[in-house]
Amino acid sequence: MYETLCLSALPEGESAYVTQVRAGPAMDRRLIDLGLVRGTRVTCVLKSPAGDPCAYLIRGALIALRRADADGVALERQVQETPAPAVAT
Amino acid sequence: MRRVALAGNPNVGKSTVFNALTGLRQHTGNWAGKTVATARGEYAYAGEDYQLIDLPGTYSLAAHSQEEAVARDFIQSGQADAVVVVCDATCLERNLILVLQVLELTGKVLVCVNLMDEARRLGIEVDLPALSRRLGVPVIGTSAGRGEGLDELKRAVALLADSNASAAPERAPQERVSLAERYAAQVVRSENVQRQRRQQRLDRLLTSKSTGIPLMLLLFGLVVWLTVAGANIPSALLTQLFARLGGVLENWLAGAPAWLAGLLLDGMYRVTAWVVAVMLPPMAIFFPLFTLLEDLGYLPRVAFVMDHAFQKAKTCGKQCLTMCMSIGCNACGVTGCRIIDSPRERLIAILTSSLVPCNGKFPTLIALITLFFVGGRSGLLASLEGAALLLGTLLLGVAGTLGCSRLLSATVLKGMPSSFALELPPFRKPKVGQVLVRSMLDRTLFVLGRAVSVAAPAGAVIWLTANVTVGGASLLAHCTSLLDPFARLFGLDGVILMAFILGWPANEIVLPVMLMAYLATGSLVEFDNLAALGQLLTGHGWTWLTACCTMLFSLFHWPCSTTCLTIYKETGSVKWTALAVLLPTLLGLGLCLVLATAARLLGLA
Repeated sequence: MYETLCLSALPEGESAYVTQVRAGPAMDRRLIDLGLVRGTRVTCVLKSPAGDPCAYLIRGALIALRRADADGVALERQVQETPAPAVAT
Repeated sequence: MRRVALAGNPNVGKSTVFNALTGLRQHTGNWAGKTVATARGEYAYAGEDYQLIDLPGTYSLAAHSQEEAVARDFIQSGQADAVVVVCDATCLERNLILVLQVLELTGKVLVCVNLMDEARRLGIEVDLPALSRRLGVPVIGTSAGRGEGLDELKRAVALLADSNASAAPERAPQERVSLAERYAAQVVRSENVQRQRRQQRLDRLLTSKSTGIPLMLLLFGLVVWLTVAGANIPSALLTQLFARLGGVLENWLAGAPAWLAGLLLDGMYRVTAWVVAVMLPPMAIFFPLFTLLEDLGYLPRVAFVMDHAFQKAKTCGKQCLTMCMSIGCNACGVTGCRIIDSPRERLIAILTSSLVPCNGKFPTLIALITLFFVGGRSGLLASLEGAALLLGTLLLGVAGTLGCSRLLSATVLKGMPSSFALELPPFRKPKVGQVLVRSMLDRTLFVLGRAVSVAAPAGAVIWLTANVTVGGASLLAHCTSLLDPFARLFGLDGVILMAFILGWPANEIVLPVMLMAYLATGSLVEFDNLAALGQLLTGHGWTWLTACCTMLFSLFHWPCSTTCLTIYKETGSVKWTALAVLLPTLLGLGLCLVLATAARLLGLA
C-alpha cells in the first residue's frame, strides 16, 4: 500500500520517493540542480531545534530546506499494512 | 599561455585544488560559497605555462544566479583550453549532474574526483577508469589537501589542451539527473561504515532540539573565553616590551626638538605600540580557533540551527554565514553576502553586516569589561566572567542583526523570504598546522598590518590636534568640548565621541585615541598596565554607565572606512551605503540614550 505525503511531513529518519516538485519556478530549478526529481529517494536526517528547517539526504548530500519550500515537494512511500487498532466501545 | 578553468559544485575543494596547483593561498573553508570572486593563478608544467581560473562554485550552469552566469559565460566563450570539473568523491552522483552539463558546452573536459581520501574514510569507492569510459573524458582522482594526484592532473590537463574533443548534444534536466544516477550506480560502491554513523551522531548532537543551541553557546563561549583568558599574558609582555623600547627611543630623541619627539614618540609610537600589544594577542587566538570551526564544517550547522530566527526576520538563512564572517572582519562579511541570491536579502545582509563586533572592536570591549565589570581582577573566575560578558555582547550584536533585518524587511526592503537550499557538508578533520599558518599569515597579520598603517598616521594627527593651540586651548580640546554636551546626552563624553570619529579608519585605534586625548588634557600618567588605564578613565569621570554606553556605542556605530568602501563597491549606491552608516549609528545612539536616561532617572549613575 502506498501513502502520499509532502517532504515537510516526512518524519526524522524516514525515507520516501519524490513524485512531484512544485515549490515555485526558482526553487524547482534549484532542486533539480541538486538532483531532486521524480523518483529520487530522500531521507529526513535532521530537524533543527525549531523543527524548521530540516536537513534531507539527497543523492548523497545533506541539504537543509525550509518548511515553506519542502511543502512543495510531494512524496510517496510504501507502508506496511498494520491491523487497525481495536476501538474500545 | 594555456588557460584552464576550474568548475564544480560549491565546497568540493576547488580552492584547495587551485591552491595546490598554483601555490597561492586562496582562503578555503568547509562551507558552500566560500569563493565569491573568480581567482586566477599560474603554474608551469613540462615547459608550458598555464593560467588557472577558479570559477565560482555552482550546482548548475543554467545562469539562474550571478555565479552560474559567470561560470557558464566563461566556459561557453571558448577562452579556456581545458575545463577541469572538480567533483566530491563523497557525493559523486550529485556532482555528475554538473559534469554532464559542462560536457554539453565543451568537449575539452577533465573530471577531477577530489576528496578521494575522505571518501575512503567513509567507505566509499569510486571506479575511476569505469567513470572515464562512460563519460568519454579523462578522469583523475585527487586528494588535493594532501597533494595526492596533482601530477597526474597536470599531465592530463596538458594532453587535453592539445586534443580536439567536441561538446555533447544538449539534454533535458531530468535526463541529466537520471544519467548521473545510472553512472553513479555503476561506478560508486558505498558501505555504511562506522564513520558515516559517527558523522550522523555528531550532526544530531550539534543540531538537535535539546543540545543544538546549548552546544552552540558553549562552543562560541569557549572560543571567546580562550581569547579573553589567553590574551592577557602576551598582552602584558608586549606592553612591557614596548615600554622598554619606548625608553630607548626617548634616549635617542633626547637631542631632537620637543615637538618632533612628541610627534614621533607620544603620537605615532605610543598609539602603534598600543594597537599591536592589545590587538595582536586576541586576534592571534581568535582567528585560528574560528578557522578551526570553519574547517570542521561547523558554520553551516550554526546557520541550520539559527535559521528559524532568520526566517522570522524574513531573510535568507545564509545570512547567518555572512554574519559569522563579519565577526572576523565586517568588510569580509560584506563581500561574503554574494552567496545570497535574492537581491533584497543580500542588501539586508550587507546593511546589517556591521552590527556584530569585528575583531578590531574586541580589544576595546575586553578592556572595558575587565576594568569595569570584572573589577580588574584576574584568575579563572574573572576570565570566565569576562568571557560570559563578551559572549553576551556578541549575542546582543546578533539580536541587533535580527532586529534590524526584520525592521528592514518591514520597511524599505519589503518582501517575503525567497527559497534557498543550504548544503551541510561532511565534517572534516581540520588540518591544525595549516589552519595555524593560514590564519596567522592571511588574516592576523593582514588585519594587524592594516591597523598599524592606520594607527601611526592617526597617532600623529591626534598628537597634533592635542598640541596645536588656538585661542588658549588645543584643537582637540575645542573639538571635544564642542561635542561634549551632545555626547553627555548619550552617557558618553566629548573625548569618547571624538575617539570614535577619529577611529573611523580602524576600530582598533578608538581606545588609544581616547587615552591620548585624556593624557593630553589632564595629568600625565605613564600607563603600562590595565590598572593604570582604569585610573586614568575613572579620573576623567568614567562610571559603569560611561563604560556600558561606550561598549554599546562601540558595538553599534558607523562601519569602518574599509567596510564603507566595500559596501559602496558591492551595492554601487551612495544611498544604500548611507543607510548602512545610519542604521547602526542610530541604533547605538538610541540604545545609549535610553540606557543613560533610565540610569539617571533611577538615580543609578
